[in-house]
Amino acid sequence: MKIDLDTIKKISHLARLEFDAESADKMKKDMTQILDWVEQLNEVDTTGVEPLTTMSSEVNVMREDVTGEHLSHEAGLKNAPQRDADYFRVPKVLE
Amino acid sequence: MAPKMEKEMLSAEITSKYELVVGLEVHAQLLTKSKIFATDTTEFGKMPNTQISVITLGHPGTLPKVNSRVVEYAMKMGLACGCEITRHNVFARKNYFYPDLPKGFQTTQDKNPICVGGFVPITLPDGTEKSIALTRIHMEEDAGKSIHLAEEPDTLVDFNRAGVPLIEIVSEPDIRSSEEAYAYLVEIKKLVRYLEICDGNMEEGSMRCDANVSVRLRGAKEYGKKVEVKNMNSFRNVARAIEHEFERQVELVEVGKEIVSETRTFDANTGTTASMRTKEDLNDYRYFPEPDLSPVVISEEWLESVKASMPPLPRELYHKFVDKYGLPGYDAGVLTDSKEIAMYFEELCHHTSSFKAASNWVMGPVKSYLNEHNEHISDFPIPAKSLAELIDMIDAGKVSFSAASQKIYPEMLQDTTHSPLQIAQAQNLIQESDEGSLLPIVESVLAENAAKVAEYRSGKKGLIGMFMGQVMKKSEGKADPKVATKLLTELLEN
Repeated sequence: MKIDLDTIKKISHLARLEFDAESADKMKKDMTQILDWVEQLNEVDTTGVEPLTTMSSEVNVMREDVTGEHLSHEAGLKNAPQRDADYFRVPKVLE
Repeated sequence: MAPKMEKEMLSAEITSKYELVVGLEVHAQLLTKSKIFATDTTEFGKMPNTQISVITLGHPGTLPKVNSRVVEYAMKMGLACGCEITRHNVFARKNYFYPDLPKGFQTTQDKNPICVGGFVPITLPDGTEKSIALTRIHMEEDAGKSIHLAEEPDTLVDFNRAGVPLIEIVSEPDIRSSEEAYAYLVEIKKLVRYLEICDGNMEEGSMRCDANVSVRLRGAKEYGKKVEVKNMNSFRNVARAIEHEFERQVELVEVGKEIVSETRTFDANTGTTASMRTKEDLNDYRYFPEPDLSPVVISEEWLESVKASMPPLPRELYHKFVDKYGLPGYDAGVLTDSKEIAMYFEELCHHTSSFKAASNWVMGPVKSYLNEHNEHISDFPIPAKSLAELIDMIDAGKVSFSAASQKIYPEMLQDTTHSPLQIAQAQNLIQESDEGSLLPIVESVLAENAAKVAEYRSGKKGLIGMFMGQVMKKSEGKADPKVATKLLTELLEN
């Protein structure tokens, strides 16, 4: 499957990544290779096979509606790139 | 009032050529104690970023686990709306970047929502009934809250709300007017409150609504291009936004302009909508199955136990009140507005068969007491059985309605240890409805007013009121008016 530069642009935008012309070209080649490799799966006839959604055969791993351990306010904010006493701070998002 | 707009309003002649088509997406926050995939508390109004965990914040290596109550609540809503319940449920990741979405994706359901199909019956103000079909109801997590303050250089993020369970109720494009949209929301709110799965408060954001609005020429088969309208925080504003969109879109079509499929935001101050420009040309959420959560399989047994726990629904009670108790539709509507009031009325009807009187008591004195004291019916001091006793006493002529409503009822609100009969006796309010004891009073009144009796007999029938007043006075207000009138008429006519 050939990946073109427009696809690279779209995917990088969705992933919030930026490439210069040279890297974009390399990425185009790499992605084409990756997709070609994965495409081999198309050779298998999967008629009537339900899509696999998890690797485990477990179902209904649920919990009761009870509250439990929380992160402390301080611990929660500890890894924030920017913060104040109460909030995570992020570059202004305007709607 | 907003200043009068310069813009010419469309004439009814033009607007009547077009049909409004609306589908609503309602998000309802579920009343669970903990979040959908983590054990953080969900209480509203706590200090920012205090109800968080490593799962909520999307730290690497953490594993979410489904709260089984969320599944149960979603099933309840589905059963109440006649949906088909999906047995094999898989969660999905909806990928997008926004600062209040800590993981970079929202965990939701995509291909196999827990509830499929179903409908919500609505009643319009003129009494017309209509059914709004549902597409689906699915489970998902709420995002955190972004706070954009004008004086702040940054956006502030609070993750307390992130991971709070939601169900999203998606309707078919079956809604044809703003009144229908309003009635639909009223019904959804009533349902979630009866089911006790959400408090249905749009102003506080525990219930939110987006509207997909389009217009088409009447009789057209194809739908027009739809516009999604967001940011309406009350039922009234949903109706206003829809009305505005209808006008705006009809105007565009009339001048031959194209309608852009886009997301618009409603401004409650102006009553208008404005485009929310997004850089992304189209939403590409790249849904895929959530590998961190195992499928939720709903067994026959689980489904049956949820069915068995279903409360009576507002529609069922409405029809019961109309059909079985013979109440007017208006009464049934008011009484079924909240489950608690409806249940109190139900209990009342187990103890008295004066259903209409019972309805009047609940809609009148009981509701006004609750409003005045800002109390919930569960705090109402008079047990249904005692109120029923009072209603039966009026019915049997033991006490007059005015004595019951002005003297006994207020006393019952204060004094819960005595029965209405005991209160009536203590206050000397029992009516003389015994002909034997009333007869001497009636006779003496007539004897003392011989001249008036003659006038009556010569045709001045209006004097009956004067005689009645005298009987009441002599009996100290305790004469049963019905019996007294009967005796007076009998004696006067002979």
